[in-house]
Amino acid sequence: MHDFTYHAASSVADAAAKVAGGEDAVLMAGGMTLLPTLKQRLAQPSDVVDLSGVADLRGIRVEGGAVTVGAMTVHDAVANSPEVAAAIPALAALAGHIGDPQVRNRGTIGGSIANNDPAADYPAALVGLGATVCTDRREIAADEFFTGMFETALDEGEIVTSVRFPAPAAAAYMKFPNPASRYAIVGVFVARTTGGVRVAVTGAASCVYRESAMEAALEGGFSASALDGMTASADDLNEDIHASAEYRAHLVGVMARRAVAACG
Amino acid sequence: MPTVNMNVNGEAVSGEVEARTLLVQFLREKLRLTGTHVGCDTSQCGACVVHVDGVSAKSCTMLAVQCEGADVTTIEGLADGDALHPMQEAFRDNHGLQCGFCTPGMIMSALDLARRNSAPSEQEVREWLEGNICRCTGYHNIVKSIMAGARAMAAGQGG
Repeated sequence: MHDFTYHAASSVADAAAKVAGGEDAVLMAGGMTLLPTLKQRLAQPSDVVDLSGVADLRGIRVEGGAVTVGAMTVHDAVANSPEVAAAIPALAALAGHIGDPQVRNRGTIGGSIANNDPAADYPAALVGLGATVCTDRREIAADEFFTGMFETALDEGEIVTSVRFPAPAAAAYMKFPNPASRYAIVGVFVARTTGGVRVAVTGAASCVYRESAMEAALEGGFSASALDGMTASADDLNEDIHASAEYRAHLVGVMARRAVAACG
Repeated sequence: MPTVNMNVNGEAVSGEVEARTLLVQFLREKLRLTGTHVGCDTSQCGACVVHVDGVSAKSCTMLAVQCEGADVTTIEGLADGDALHPMQEAFRDNHGLQCGFCTPGMIMSALDLARRNSAPSEQEVREWLEGNICRCTGYHNIVKSIMAGARAMAAGQGG
């Protein structure tokens, strides 16, 4: 790892000022992706601004049919929150299967979505539930937030402060995990929301996306059999040592049917 | 160079570190607490698991400077003199180790599980060990050890 200057931010405003003041400064949330990246010398920031001391960014609030999760809330807290389990059980279950216990003890929702790894779990929940990302500058709909591989709608130095999830009528997430890393080879989040059925897919493509054909089929009748024979198109899907594009396309159908069935 | 202050196994320690110094480097190289191991150095194997403010963490994926003011517990902090911690004793009784390289991380991870769940099932132990890799045992006796250790802790033999 190249050396850098470390800053412990005391507030969101302090973090914003420190990031703006650095020549090539980065924000650190839980560090579960940033630190491995720095170790591999894939990045060489001048300054690392640590958000872990900003208490305002932690915590879970349930009110008015929505769950708001502070950006620095760790996965373990979401997974074990009785309030989340009552309001959106699929969200608690998703958080409880990210990485391993030690990753869940440190990794955060804000870090996960700002990084936007194409195989991360949380982007599927945000897009599947039609969540809203709150930053220190504005609110961004999940459908507009994830713009490409490791890319988001966040501007330079913009800080995610929380994510607001509207509680759905029913939702479930099914993941075919990489057996080593537990990242999603394919993960599908299905939700029945007031705005209709949403089917969000992670792991399969360069960025989380919605399977609109499956959403339309489920609008016609919400049952796993409505998706019989349906797969994703293998065009532009990821291909690596773990799975071919065709296999991922097949898995999207399988995971989607399982998720619909789990919605009950 | 930044100075970091923390409590390690109940003792106040401080040291000059580079910002990039990992917690595990600080523990092993500055404090000479070499019970915490570096296996993969890529946050996968769990040989480096310690507790930071009572919660298990991979010390190869934390900066030492992030532990300013924190309470850190390593494998060296568990035994009471010559008396092993019940979880350590359970690993001995159940042959929960062969080469022993992964054992400190296994035990520190197991203690975080026992804290949350005093009677974990075999399935719960196996799921919990997602982040700890053993290349000798096939895990069977590790799982037995953790179940026995958690029971012994719940029975009030320490913890």
